[in-house]
Amino acid sequence: MLIQKSQTIAPSRRSFLKGAALSTSVFVLGSFVPLGRFAAAEGEAAAPAAVFDPNMFLRIGSDDSVVVLCKHLEMGQGVSTGLATLVAEELDADWSKVGFDFAPNNPKVYNNLFFGPYIGTGGSTSMANSWTQMRQVGAAARSMFVAAAAKQWNVPASEITVLNGVLAHASGKSARFGELVEVAMQEAVPTAVALKDPKDWKYIGQQLPRLDSKGKTTGTAVFAIDIRRPGMLTAVVARPPQFGGSVGSFDDGAARKVPGVVEVVEVPSGVAVLAKDSWAAMRGREALKISWKADKAETRSTDAIVAEYRDLAKTPGLPAAKKGDAAAGLAGSDSAEAEFLFPYLAHAPMEPMNCVIELTADGAEIWAGSQFQSIDDYAVSQVLGTTPDKIKIHTLLSGGSFGRRANASADWVVEAAQIAKAMKTKAPVHLLWTREDDIKGGFYRPMALHRVKADVKDGRVSGWQHTIVSKSIITGTPFEPMMVKEGVDATTVEGVADTPYAIENFSVEVHNVKTAVPVLWWRSVGHSHTAHVMETTMDELAHKAGADPLAFRLAHLKDGSREAGVLKLAAEKAGWGKEMPKGSGQGIAFHHSFGSYVGMVSEVSMVDGTLKVDKVIAAVDCGIAINPDVIRAQVEGAIGFALSAVLRNRVTLAEGVVEQSNFDDYEPTRIKEMPAVEVHIVKSAEAPTGIGEPGLPPLAPSIGNAVFSATGKRMRSLPFDLGALA
Amino acid sequence: MITLNINGKTHELDVEPEMPLLWVLRDRLELTGTKFGCGVAQCGACTVHIDGEAHRSCSTMVGDVQDREIVTIEGLPKDGPDSKVALAVQAAWQKLDVVQCGYCQSGQIMSAINLLTDNPTPTDDDINASMEGNICRCGTYVRIRHAIHEAAKDLA
Ligand code: FES
Ligand code: FES
Repeated sequence: MLIQKSQTIAPSRRSFLKGAALSTSVFVLGSFVPLGRFAAAEGEAAAPAAVFDPNMFLRIGSDDSVVVLCKHLEMGQGVSTGLATLVAEELDADWSKVGFDFAPNNPKVYNNLFFGPYIGTGGSTSMANSWTQMRQVGAAARSMFVAAAAKQWNVPASEITVLNGVLAHASGKSARFGELVEVAMQEAVPTAVALKDPKDWKYIGQQLPRLDSKGKTTGTAVFAIDIRRPGMLTAVVARPPQFGGSVGSFDDGAARKVPGVVEVVEVPSGVAVLAKDSWAAMRGREALKISWKADKAETRSTDAIVAEYRDLAKTPGLPAAKKGDAAAGLAGSDSAEAEFLFPYLAHAPMEPMNCVIELTADGAEIWAGSQFQSIDDYAVSQVLGTTPDKIKIHTLLSGGSFGRRANASADWVVEAAQIAKAMKTKAPVHLLWTREDDIKGGFYRPMALHRVKADVKDGRVSGWQHTIVSKSIITGTPFEPMMVKEGVDATTVEGVADTPYAIENFSVEVHNVKTAVPVLWWRSVGHSHTAHVMETTMDELAHKAGADPLAFRLAHLKDGSREAGVLKLAAEKAGWGKEMPKGSGQGIAFHHSFGSYVGMVSEVSMVDGTLKVDKVIAAVDCGIAINPDVIRAQVEGAIGFALSAVLRNRVTLAEGVVEQSNFDDYEPTRIKEMPAVEVHIVKSAEAPTGIGEPGLPPLAPSIGNAVFSATGKRMRSLPFDLGALA
Repeated sequence: MITLNINGKTHELDVEPEMPLLWVLRDRLELTGTKFGCGVAQCGACTVHIDGEAHRSCSTMVGDVQDREIVTIEGLPKDGPDSKVALAVQAAWQKLDVVQCGYCQSGQIMSAINLLTDNPTPTDDDINASMEGNICRCGTYVRIRHAIHEAAKDLA
């Protein structure tokens, strides 16, 4: 890999853009080397003769190809297309020549500017943190080409134009990028670049086609699960039936007799069977006889855990937010306290967890849909007794994640490393989780219980007391110092404690529960439950006040705010308040998350006692819309992803054992359930913010509020109690 | 020895007759375009054509399909009269940028080709019924529906 080789060269021009709007730990245009040399040394015959590599983010070939090095994981959210769009815009590249490769795991270059010195994708930050950086990359490269052409043609640089990868001068001279690669890479990297005026944008704001569409429609896109290394063995692991359990003793006699099974090793997470193919490994695992230890395991059932949550919710918790005097505001109120319950949820990305690991003389190479490369390489280096720079990660397309592949404990790559370390045969290992392993494997969206007492007086919220019980996602991870304050995990209370609604008397308290069930962020994290509580309660209060739910919300938001903007736009496009047929209803909700604002109106109908979500109209304000079609796709996708959590998904325990196992009892949304979706994007000049997650939170409450409008029944908990509607 | 006809080629394989076709494709023949999603005929990620019909390769034993014509996404015809439906489906998918993570899409496309071959003018209900076995966790269903209509128009 050319670009990886180039990184071994000490960057010589790191000073570029110092003091620009970038974190100082990043150099935008750093080293560049004539990569033709390495191509020869590596014997890479297919490499272009010369490669323009002004920095680590861009390779331009003499064949005019423009390859953007993508520092974020492409898990479907369209980030590869998005980052390339920013570079291509300022470079004035020909989009048909643009492609991408994943960047190597060098944190000095490819860190997420919002995550400090770490490489990682998450929190819907990809476009936001790269917004200036990637445009600067394109602009700097463009200016080097212009400078080179100016010298060659003996004309002032200011008279040269660049259009679709072609430089031209009024004298009639013109040249393609590919023709100037050799000379352009001799140019000094500029010390400052001007970015285009937004009115001159050609690509930003347009619907450029996705760069990954072709491979993903022809079966040629390569995911980690498709990696085949010489001599590779597939590993599947038998893990304890209860979280916190461990291996007592095991008999692998029968397993070793299964044709194709090569080795059986014990690792901290269980017993791994290694075989020549996946099927043999699975059959070998079935033949294992293991007795498990459960002394430290979670052995309770869901009902018992919920009972603990309920008891806790009735006692004072840790203060998370306080304004005015909630108790005084509620004095004399006849409002009942309402309970909202949310289950554990599995991410269930379509590509099951898997990765390939190959030990090297002093470390390892890993092929994975790695989402937190800087955590994965560190965690594996700890297992192998080396340093992260000796762990080379080949990031690959990932078949979804929804948070699962971004794990502070790097559970699956660590498991692969432990297997590789324990093996006698030093073959490359492909660790494969089956769907059952995935659904039963933990790292769930934490179960959460909310209790809310709120009331209205004279059309306004008079008091709001809110208690949340959940397990902290962040405590015990490297993110704790940043995201846990005085025992309150920001991800437990986000969307409640920071509500934009003007509520004078407001208090939020938190209880952190302890359980061996491992929890993790699940698309939209805390907002996946908090939005439902906030927006269902606001709806209830609007009805109690006798007010229109839209008007009631607007009365508690700032006039002209972005919050009000998306609510109004969604309402207008949906024809809010229109006459609905009997048994049908509209519901509205709004939520702010990851810097973006989404308003939603859902339309539902009851057909023979069965709930049908007919249509969802969304209005989105995520700042400048870099690619409106990708934004629409993310909102459509968030709706499709989350609908099954509204309708049926839950992970439950019976004496600590997960009761669900595959897509039959943890069934994602199917096509016949998918509503029609309209996405309207607010025109904005603000810097871009997240879109992978913000489409999700308002879905459940907008549907729940529509169900109330259609049936008079409140759906406070998820999944909905559909039986109550029948 | 098991003899399989895959993408027009005959393969002699030393595998047990109970081995699922999916794992023969992926692990023995390195035809990795066909995906593993659930292993229990619930998701459709592993969909291939057997004698022109969509089947779940994870739940098909190779011993049962020895004298049948198996086509995977890699083996879809790329030119000639037989390629029309496949090319129209793939073109519609690309035109509308259906894919997100893409992991389910080989299976979606194999099922969509099957649908349009049997029914050149499907309604939304036809699409829902015939694509129901294909899960897309990324929720690209709005565009899948749209793309099937688009391909149908293109073929008309
Ligand atoms: S893998 Fe065959 S249907 Fe899911
Ligand atoms: S595109 Fe990701 S599962 Fe369908």
